[in-house]
Amino acid sequence: MANLTINGKSFDVDVEPDTPLLWAIRENAGLTGTKYGCGIAQCGACTVHVDGVAMRSCGMLVSEAVGKKITTIEGLATNGALHKVQQAWIANDVPQCGYCQSGMIMAVAALLKDNPKPTDQDIDEAITNICRCGTFKQVREAIHAAANV
Amino acid sequence: MNHMPTLNRRAFVIGTAAVGTGLALGLDIPFGGPTVVRAADGSPEVNAWVVIQPNDTVVIRIARSEMGQGTLTGLAQLVAEELECDWSKVTTEYPTPGQSVARKRAWGDFSTGGSRGIRTSHEYVRKGGATARIMLIQAAANGWKVPASECTAANSIITHTPSGRTTTYGKVAEAAAKIEPPADVKLKDPKDWKLAGKGVKRLDTVDKTTGKMTYGIDVKLPGMLNAAIKACPVFGGKLKSYDEAKITGMKGVKKVVPVGDYAVAVVADTWWHAKTALDKLPIVWDEGENAKVSSASIAKWLEEGFDDSQPAFVGNENGDAKAAIAKAAKKVEAVYNYPYQNHATMEPMNATALYTADRCEVWCGTQNGEAAFAATLEASGLPADKCDVHKQMLGGGFGRRGQTDYVRQAVAIAKQMPGTPIKLLWSREEDMQHGNYHPVTQVKMTGAFDADNNLTALRMRISGQSILFSLRPEALVNGKDPATFAGLNATGEAAIGYSVPNLLIDHSMRNPHVPPGFWRGVNVNQNAVYLECFMDELAHSAGQDPLEFRRKLMSKNPKHLAVLNAVAEKIGWDKPAPQGVFRGLAQHMGYGSYVAGAAEISVTDGNKIKVHRIVAATDPGYAVNPAQIERQIAGSFVYGLSGLFYGGCTVKDGRIEQSNFDNYNSMRIAEMPKVESIVMPSGGFWGGVGEPTICVAGPAVLNAYFAATGKRIRSVPLRDQNITFA
Repeated sequence: MANLTINGKSFDVDVEPDTPLLWAIRENAGLTGTKYGCGIAQCGACTVHVDGVAMRSCGMLVSEAVGKKITTIEGLATNGALHKVQQAWIANDVPQCGYCQSGMIMAVAALLKDNPKPTDQDIDEAITNICRCGTFKQVREAIHAAANV
Repeated sequence: MNHMPTLNRRAFVIGTAAVGTGLALGLDIPFGGPTVVRAADGSPEVNAWVVIQPNDTVVIRIARSEMGQGTLTGLAQLVAEELECDWSKVTTEYPTPGQSVARKRAWGDFSTGGSRGIRTSHEYVRKGGATARIMLIQAAANGWKVPASECTAANSIITHTPSGRTTTYGKVAEAAAKIEPPADVKLKDPKDWKLAGKGVKRLDTVDKTTGKMTYGIDVKLPGMLNAAIKACPVFGGKLKSYDEAKITGMKGVKKVVPVGDYAVAVVADTWWHAKTALDKLPIVWDEGENAKVSSASIAKWLEEGFDDSQPAFVGNENGDAKAAIAKAAKKVEAVYNYPYQNHATMEPMNATALYTADRCEVWCGTQNGEAAFAATLEASGLPADKCDVHKQMLGGGFGRRGQTDYVRQAVAIAKQMPGTPIKLLWSREEDMQHGNYHPVTQVKMTGAFDADNNLTALRMRISGQSILFSLRPEALVNGKDPATFAGLNATGEAAIGYSVPNLLIDHSMRNPHVPPGFWRGVNVNQNAVYLECFMDELAHSAGQDPLEFRRKLMSKNPKHLAVLNAVAEKIGWDKPAPQGVFRGLAQHMGYGSYVAGAAEISVTDGNKIKVHRIVAATDPGYAVNPAQIERQIAGSFVYGLSGLFYGGCTVKDGRIEQSNFDNYNSMRIAEMPKVESIVMPSGGFWGGVGEPTICVAGPAVLNAYFAATGKRIRSVPLRDQNITFA
């Protein structure tokens, strides 16, 4: 049993300490917006914020997340208002299948917090999520749009 | 030596099950009638395609599957265009395959592949919208006791023109649903479209940005358990035994079950528990003869297919290519090859099944609801009226989710635990090693010139695997797989763009045991590399500009030529490229659309490629949503170039060696070129948009690589040539 703080709420999750955070979020907390893509921290579909830092939750253990502030895609909006990255995603019609987009949005939201006006090169270095549909053109445009809000 | 896949027999059984249960009934699409059919919320169906709620919400039924390609929005645009409804009030829903079968296939074909989503259903969905509009207008006219001819409809509002009276679709829907539908309707000329043809936003975006969208992997049912599975790593191998005692008592584990004769699954409270236990389960496989097969043994077998004495199916022939080559002033030869590729959808295969003695239901992402339904019937042993499939959003399809192996597995597991919903999820490793792979082929290309450097003959001997042989043997024509010749045919929706006086394109079919599948673009991918890179070789050999060389051979194919000219003009082919930048061209035809691409790249250290820019043109006949077409073009290049650079699956000891994205990489944003799309619909035909453009990126980049380095790359993926993205 471990206690996790996800999106400001407390969750008692009945898992072994070495369970990847991803599966505690999806299966125990029931928040399925965070996706499984590879399980080896390659694709980024499972990206969440841990104490404000973008982390690939499949590569982080529950024991490492205890006591930290975890934010998932479901918790990105504040007081019912979508985050500016989500708004830019909608305005630019970014998602295709959409499966990678939770992780993509979380990675971008963390980037913009640290670097409010990223250059293309900053984006290339920071955003390494895989998108098999190939939305990168719209992702880049939407990042710049969100940065200019 | 051809491997006869067990899937052949399974496909036959599906067909049999379908016939026995009504799936194979002829298409009988109803457009409404006197009996009101109600949607789940009680709102009336004006017809099968259109439900209108009292608050004027318009629910448009979509039979094809949305997997990112935008078909859901495009089909809704076509219905709404004819319906004349308020687009801001449109929502969509999927009818289930079970409902469709019960209503004599009211929604037609559910299959979503081959870039057919719109091009093979546009007519009947538009008729669905037009018929509903006429019925709504008639209902309003009846209410006002005026002739329907005095009424018009726009934006979900019906107006009686002489009196100025108005009403809304929501107010007359109930009455409209009782009206006899018109026998025939006239569809709008596409040049009069107001909504179709516009790059309106997708209808499914918001939930994809908030985590609310439900994919198959997200399905939750009361009392549901989770299953992890391992199939014999050697295709065709069997499950011999497993030592259940070794994992009994592990946390959360409920049951260990065989799945068919080739796999074993662990069922647990959570998937993580199921997977953890499965990884510890000792399993003994009977790997069989296929365990001796390797990439090298397959390659050798395919090379033997180049021998003229080997039997081959002729795909396209005119003149006498062999004779012309024999008397050529100059002969050019080259051998190319193209590998196995996994689809690697972002969402691994999964399905949830609930089986009881008298009912079986499945929840999954599928590109073909009816195929998933037939698989459910066969795996459950239950008839059509006791089964259904509930389609979820697909986390990528690319052809992989047209197959139903994962549905059968889920039902097979659920059948061993009646009354308990079972969600089966494949690990990424399982997904990577049990795909339906882009088939492996090689080609021997031969070109012949006369003394004046005119191309007198072209010969292509393709050697390798057929997809239809494995997956749709009923589609073979006297043993020949016509799909092998995509983009190389004399005529039709995938015709070659060149006229060569003596031409022979044939296929020595060789089917290794690795299961092939339809991989976005399918056979145009390798055929465009083979033909378009070799055209570049021929142009170079003749000392001619690659664009001019092609143009001379394309005068009889003006639509092919038009897209090629469009990209050449936009990239500035007649002007020098920027310093250090080199260009390549390609054109092709597939899925009824004409496509061309021009790439600009630079190369450092001879092996690091930066793709700066790709200009792409497509003529799909009609463009229902140009904004989504542009996204399909740019997206197809990510999928295609990922395949070109990284995407090879190699075979060792009968199994696929790659296991995850660390050894089967995919492009990232840093590697994405600038893509400039030219959507140039010329009208008069309906081509696809999801796939065709994918095939021009590869050869355009490879031809640019030659321009930059003087070296030809004739083997894919570039990873294995030690060539990477810069």
